[in-house]
Amino acid sequence: MDSRSAILSKIRATRDTGDETARCLAVESRLARPASGIVPSRGQLDREGRIALFLDMIAKAGATHERTPLPRDVPALAAAYLRAHNLPARLRRGTDPRLEALGFEQEPAIEMLAGASDGSDLAAISHADFGIAETGTLMLLSGPDNPVTLTFLPEHHLVVVRADDIGGDMEAAIARLRMLQGKDRMPRTVNFVSGPSRSADIEQTILLGAHGPRALHVMVVG
Amino acid sequence: MELTSPAFKQNAVRALNDPQLQKALGNVEKGFVAKRAAARAALPEFEALRDQARAIKTHVLANLDLYLEAYEARVTASGGHVHWAESAEQAREIILGICRKANARTVTKGKSMISEEINLNDYLEKNGIEPVETDLGEYIIQLRHEHPSHIIAPAIHLNKEQVEEDFRRVHTHLPDSRDLSEPVALLSEARAVLRQRYFAADVGITGANFLIAETGSSVIVTNEGNGDLTQTLGKVHVVVASIEKIVPTLEDCAGILRLLARSATGQDMSVYTTFSTGPRRPEDPDGPGEYHVVLIDNGRTAMLGSEFEDMLRCIRCGACMNHCPVYHAVGGHAYGSVYPGPMGAVLTPSLNGINVSGHLPNASTFCGRCESVCPMKIPLPKMMRHWREREFERNLAPAASRYGLGIWAFFARRPALYRWASGIGMKLLGRMGARNHRLSSLPLAGGWTAHRDLPAPEGETFVAAYHRQKGA
Repeated sequence: MDSRSAILSKIRATRDTGDETARCLAVESRLARPASGIVPSRGQLDREGRIALFLDMIAKAGATHERTPLPRDVPALAAAYLRAHNLPARLRRGTDPRLEALGFEQEPAIEMLAGASDGSDLAAISHADFGIAETGTLMLLSGPDNPVTLTFLPEHHLVVVRADDIGGDMEAAIARLRMLQGKDRMPRTVNFVSGPSRSADIEQTILLGAHGPRALHVMVVG
Repeated sequence: MELTSPAFKQNAVRALNDPQLQKALGNVEKGFVAKRAAARAALPEFEALRDQARAIKTHVLANLDLYLEAYEARVTASGGHVHWAESAEQAREIILGICRKANARTVTKGKSMISEEINLNDYLEKNGIEPVETDLGEYIIQLRHEHPSHIIAPAIHLNKEQVEEDFRRVHTHLPDSRDLSEPVALLSEARAVLRQRYFAADVGITGANFLIAETGSSVIVTNEGNGDLTQTLGKVHVVVASIEKIVPTLEDCAGILRLLARSATGQDMSVYTTFSTGPRRPEDPDGPGEYHVVLIDNGRTAMLGSEFEDMLRCIRCGACMNHCPVYHAVGGHAYGSVYPGPMGAVLTPSLNGINVSGHLPNASTFCGRCESVCPMKIPLPKMMRHWREREFERNLAPAASRYGLGIWAFFARRPALYRWASGIGMKLLGRMGARNHRLSSLPLAGGWTAHRDLPAPEGETFVAAYHRQKGA
């Protein structure tokens, strides 16, 4: 017997209830119609309440944030961020049309680089697909326009998220994911990011910038 | 790793007399306990979420075969490969095979307890492949040729001076004059050294906190981002996971995630939670070209249907050891097994046999803190008791405790004799400790009185008091 059959038959030997049809039906229906469990009340707020909680939680996780009503302000804010942190005016991004629409060419002070990172970039900018208020978490989906390396290799990661895309809880993020991808379809990675990289492995002291970005800066637009 | 559980007593004595270790262990109680309590207090639904999480995992275990099949089908549909391993040996061979096919010389590794369990690093090394641990704590202990002393904080037994010593010994390409006195300098140095390793590695190996049946995704939860660099920058991503890591849906995963970080480090959510599904797509600018999952049994199926089945709900948060007075006193290495603390005291005998790990379920005061903080509501003390019973039934308990219990049983079955003997014993002990109401040494119980005094009995026995007051 191969290992697969051996493992499955060992499990079956103790699981068999005599009514295998009921067992199969229970599993099939749970997978076909995923149901939400307990959703914390913390994020059940109106739009502005969700945004305020999101920003609070982001700060608690050690990230910085700012909010602007106008998408066209983002390039200037990004340039200001780089200057304030003594970084070269260079920013890597994917080819995400949402970032292209922000008009970075209007901000000639920043040199824009497109595509995946090779580890030499000091700063990168991404567009999140959703923000989760309950934990201050960004949801980023990988894809042709969104390299995963931008989330982990640069020292500074700037992330744009639309105010309309900030939901109360993780269940709302999952609903958005299914809406964007279709049920049962996933991008190669879904990255939930809550703050800059950190480690407490040396004497339980929390330090930022373990392997990923030392700083995470979130820009809420709208 | 070599199991030293049979030497638990000697290990514990050594640990208690190790000032470096005792200093480091002080950080466990200071840090983890208060942070978890604060996170729990800030989420009113925490207790309800525990019940829900228990129900999710109980449902998964009742249908584990069906969920594994559903999961496998989704992984395959997304272009990944699923491998099945009944034993640690099989798992190691499968992983080596994948590495060989990729012509791998070095592999990077995200933190994974199952890879410790199957002793993967030694095996890869023996076969000419260099494994590089990338989690800061794991990296440190790999340099020291040690094993994790905690399942989420593998280097918690060390102080920063010890880490500095190791970095100076190993990173010889860096100037001797550099200042490593602050933890942040140590972190920056490790970051720079490991950056190069990620890019040089051919294969990235990670564990999985969850496997989602609905989507065929593996989930890793980290704070450092090392697991993500490991699985993104290698040409091949290998996920190593035991079969009970399955959850049905994305929502089920979300529900348990709410407990994981809070129970572990007191964070609302870990910094990076990543769902990975299959290899890089044709249009993707980055990511691994191959995606493999190695599903490992290694003793799990034997726990199904036994009194230890509940242990398979464990999500490896570490809360049980963070709250364990025995762990606080002796640390993780004393347990002499991959998994320390209360969860290890239950799991190690299941994986390695009670004949070599009998001390572990006995290294508990049954104070119950582990069960009270376990996010999955695993009845750890009850299961340790089951192991003690099995040990006793198989005559594996030490002779002194077997004879002692035998004598006690002789009297306990003869109530009149028991009352007479305990009355005499009490009077005798009372007289011995009459001067300061306590006994600082006792014949045949030197091991007990070496560390504390026995209060001298006063008054009468319980039964005598009961009869007197009932009459009154």
